[in-house]
Amino acid sequence: MTHYARPTDLSEALALLAQGHRVLAGGTDIYPAAGPALKGDILDVTALADLRGIRFGDGLRIGAATSWTAIAEANLPPALHALQQAALVVGGRQIQNAGTIGGNIANASPAADGIPPLLSLEAEVEIASAQGTRRLPLEKFLIGPRRVDLRADEMVVAVHIPTSALHGRSAFAKLGARAHLVISIAMVAVRLVVKTGRIAQAFVAVGACSGVALRLPLVEAALMGSPVLDAAERIQADQLAALTPIDDIRATASYRRDAALELLRRTVAQVAG
Amino acid sequence: MIGFVLNGADMRCDAAPTARLSEVLREALGLKGTKVGCDAGDCGACTVLVDGQALCACLIPVARIAGARVETIEADSLLLTRLRASFTRHGAAQCGICTPGMLMTAADFLTRTPHPTDAQVEVALGGVLCRCTGYRKIITAVVQANSAVTEPVYSGDIGQPLPRIDGLAKVTGDSFGADYAPTGALVVRAIRSPHPHATFAFGDQTAFAALPGIAAIFTAADVPGRNAFGVIPAFADQPAIAASPARFRGECVALVAFEPGFDPDLTGFPIIWTPLPDLASPNDAETPNAALIHPNRPLNRLIEGRVKKGDAAAALAGSAHVVTGSITTSHVEHAYIEPEAGAAWMDGDTLVIRACTQAPFMDRDETAAVLGLPVNRIRIIASAVGGGFGSKLDVSLQPLIGLVTLKTGRPSRMTYCRAESMASTTKRHPAEIHGRIGCDANGRITGMQFDGRFDTGPYASWGPTVANRVPVHASGPYLTPAITATARAVHTNGPVSGAFRGFGVPQAAVWQEALFDELAEKAGFDPLEFRQLNALRDGDASATGQVMRATGIAECLTALRPHWLRALDQARTVPNRGVGIASCWYGCGNTALPNPSTIRIGITRAGQIVLHQSATDIGQGSNTVITQIAAQALGLPVSAFTLIGPDTALSPDAGKTSASRQTFVTGRAAQAAGMALRAKILRLTNAGDGAILGLEAGALIVKEGSVRRMVQLSDLPGEAFGYVLSAEETYDPPTQKLDTDGQGSPYAVYGYGAQIVELSVDPALGTVKLLKITAAHDLGRVINPLLAEGQIEGGIAQGIGMALMEEYIAGRTDNLHDYLIPTFGDVPPIESLLIEVADPEGPFGAKGLGEHVLIPTAPAILNAIRHATGARVTRLPALPHRILDAIRKARP
Repeated sequence: MTHYARPTDLSEALALLAQGHRVLAGGTDIYPAAGPALKGDILDVTALADLRGIRFGDGLRIGAATSWTAIAEANLPPALHALQQAALVVGGRQIQNAGTIGGNIANASPAADGIPPLLSLEAEVEIASAQGTRRLPLEKFLIGPRRVDLRADEMVVAVHIPTSALHGRSAFAKLGARAHLVISIAMVAVRLVVKTGRIAQAFVAVGACSGVALRLPLVEAALMGSPVLDAAERIQADQLAALTPIDDIRATASYRRDAALELLRRTVAQVAG
Repeated sequence: MIGFVLNGADMRCDAAPTARLSEVLREALGLKGTKVGCDAGDCGACTVLVDGQALCACLIPVARIAGARVETIEADSLLLTRLRASFTRHGAAQCGICTPGMLMTAADFLTRTPHPTDAQVEVALGGVLCRCTGYRKIITAVVQANSAVTEPVYSGDIGQPLPRIDGLAKVTGDSFGADYAPTGALVVRAIRSPHPHATFAFGDQTAFAALPGIAAIFTAADVPGRNAFGVIPAFADQPAIAASPARFRGECVALVAFEPGFDPDLTGFPIIWTPLPDLASPNDAETPNAALIHPNRPLNRLIEGRVKKGDAAAALAGSAHVVTGSITTSHVEHAYIEPEAGAAWMDGDTLVIRACTQAPFMDRDETAAVLGLPVNRIRIIASAVGGGFGSKLDVSLQPLIGLVTLKTGRPSRMTYCRAESMASTTKRHPAEIHGRIGCDANGRITGMQFDGRFDTGPYASWGPTVANRVPVHASGPYLTPAITATARAVHTNGPVSGAFRGFGVPQAAVWQEALFDELAEKAGFDPLEFRQLNALRDGDASATGQVMRATGIAECLTALRPHWLRALDQARTVPNRGVGIASCWYGCGNTALPNPSTIRIGITRAGQIVLHQSATDIGQGSNTVITQIAAQALGLPVSAFTLIGPDTALSPDAGKTSASRQTFVTGRAAQAAGMALRAKILRLTNAGDGAILGLEAGALIVKEGSVRRMVQLSDLPGEAFGYVLSAEETYDPPTQKLDTDGQGSPYAVYGYGAQIVELSVDPALGTVKLLKITAAHDLGRVINPLLAEGQIEGGIAQGIGMALMEEYIAGRTDNLHDYLIPTFGDVPPIESLLIEVADPEGPFGAKGLGEHVLIPTAPAILNAIRHATGARVTRLPALPHRILDAIRKARP
């Protein structure tokens, strides 16, 4: 039989989690996979105050159950522009109203729209269980396609953006074969800190071109110190060697490499300009 | 108990806490206006407002809405009223299955943004899919919803943009296949093959059958009649429930009927599968010594169609210019937002089946054969149909629920899930087409050789129709003195290919129209002028030797010329901008086969005009168009009519909704019935042809000049079918059988069209941005311009999908996020030019339109891509990586 709980108190939620309940947030991944009926013991996390909302403090804390609409409509620094752009292309309005940032990263699709912007923001994941909480960088949290470092009795409670990452400007680009509701062929997020006409810091991530979206340190290194006008052309194909795209129904691997390079150049030019 | 506020009223219901809100609304609360298209958040059809926010009801655990405010399409508000009126006025609802989701999404959006732009609407409604309209009219309806307007009033005369007469139902949540079932109906689910080819054996069913809630299990052994259906009786070969082996992924091999209220869980059904090697492509299937899918069909060949006129090889040898080319197309899924659904029950000895369908009488006959019943023991009632596009011509669940109800004596119901709908129903035939076209030094076409191979899947379905129709149309609407065209349908273990808007002609046109651009270039002609030069004209002989009349292609091209020149001029100075043109022609009705429709009109004693029209309205508008034609012929306004729709017990057979035949064939029958009834009335009153009819409280008024006669209907003796006056007329288009060379007159009426596509290509990414499409279509006579534009825009949207994104891969794209259909934003502004070259055979001169409109779009897009970049894309869909490859080949 199905047991369903929608607690408002985090410790109650963590206790249920320890008993084997499964986390349900926006439902945009769980219901499609459920077949005719969603079964099992379900922990609905959408009423947990700790998981909702965006707070500035020591950096920025985004509760895991914050919806994409809430993120898109929040007043956030330009460093988070990429994340807000991504928020507006996670499905349509219905999905943006339901889907959550925590669900996006915990589901860990290679094509998760939220992940490249969060990588460019050096995001950390706050994880809680009845035993306590821990934080780890998003890059460490993501182990592989649809695999994350999360025990069955743990859940993601927040995403943190460190103060150091709230600087600069950012942009997100997503490539697909139709206008809306599209799973990416490739996507990129770029955050640049520009000082006196030169790139002082660069954070670049590419999604849908590897099992897990990747930061590209070689691209970032190439951009460092570049005058903004030259930045795009400093990006070369060999700096994308870490990507491991595949052939699938949406595109070929070699197309993905080319597209990622092109999108990176354009997005860098846009952010730098 | 979960308490919430539903449409302003307190509501309490008892349901499993994680049950989907959509299911609870529909099943527990009986509110069927919220539609379910995918159960995955991909289509937005189930959108409701929860505390004012648009959400997919299929993704919400009902327990979460405790204490919340929920609004569904059953709600009423000033804003919804305005939206409904605007949708109706602008023709923004066709089949109506997506309409509740569109309206609720728009209501949320307009609350935040009362006076939006087109672009804002595209983004705001981008989460809802529509397969019928092409979105443009929805955008207009939302943008203008809050504008003050005076509702125009139409009598419904031919030529008026009368909003569809079933519009109110469409904007309030129409009753589709899943929206009605008798109380206590068993819930039927199918066991389907997970393999493209596999033998199977059932284990001991005793334990499974004993699980709580399982009422009955049926297999092929239980089918009482001929376990083989097929739309063309001579080729009927598809089992309703397959005996081993299964021949495609998704084939039904068993049914389980569940008691209502029980979880219809198929887990643990005892079946053991042994996969067999499968024939994945026609190439595999035609390999020497390939296994035969049907032992009586050598080479796995279902059929080959052929047209031969003159000596094409010699003509090409003597041509000044010859071009050669090939194209390959993919399986294309119909992707209507309504998955197949229906219910069955017994009414005395009669088995009644209410389901979504395009062909109620064919369903009756096929279901009768499968169930071993005489046809008079089956009654088919067509529900509202949430899109069809050809696939709902074949039976799907009709024999399945029919079997369950017949065997158990109990009502039953079945609703396909999205994956099941996509896996088990028909697709557009993938085509591989090769050939050559030549012209003389003056640019006149000399000859064509065309060879097409079509992947028809394991069963016949409409494969024979595709094989016969394609060679007839291969030339395009152009004078082609010598032609050899063959099209063969080859069996594979892929999905069953069947009818899809155009029956193979769109694939053929992709090949022919692309080569025409290359040939025009070689011969030194502008693409439009080259087509104009070669356009079929009255008195010309077609490829089948038919002498053409009312030939409207030249008029369409002429109408497009100023647009073409403007577009070329605008593209000239902008890099990577392209303009492309392509034409179409399409014969309306069955190819060289009988194809009758019958229409009955009766007047009741109370003065009601009842139109029995069983042409299923799958969104295209036959309910409205046929009524307009009947009304015009009779001489009474549309508003005087009451419709009795497709119900085999109540209406005579108006044939199937396919082959762009309803406006023409059923329209002719409606015209004849209207005229016959009018003649009766005039005889009764000794009035002349010019008399004006009217209705007044139980009386017919016949005015002639100053003379006013009144017929008290209650005074008349009764007539047939319980009417005081009635007429029933049949029309069957005059066609001629084709000989072994495909020569003859296969159609009585042809429609024509041409479209211009303007686009830009991103040469580094291979992506395409469509900017504008201008479509000129010859309808003979425009019965209803609003609905005609709706057909054009919707057909273009499907052409865009076929050209740029749609590729069904069995087992991989059985959902609406991996299988891409156009969304808001993928369909550019469309300008429709309605051309009227009246056909003497059509009702008031009208021709068919529904399929024509899809045909030119994909080739015009490919031609525009080539114009923009030089790239020749020869494999559809032209996904970005394929376009980029082609650009690199063209610009080494």
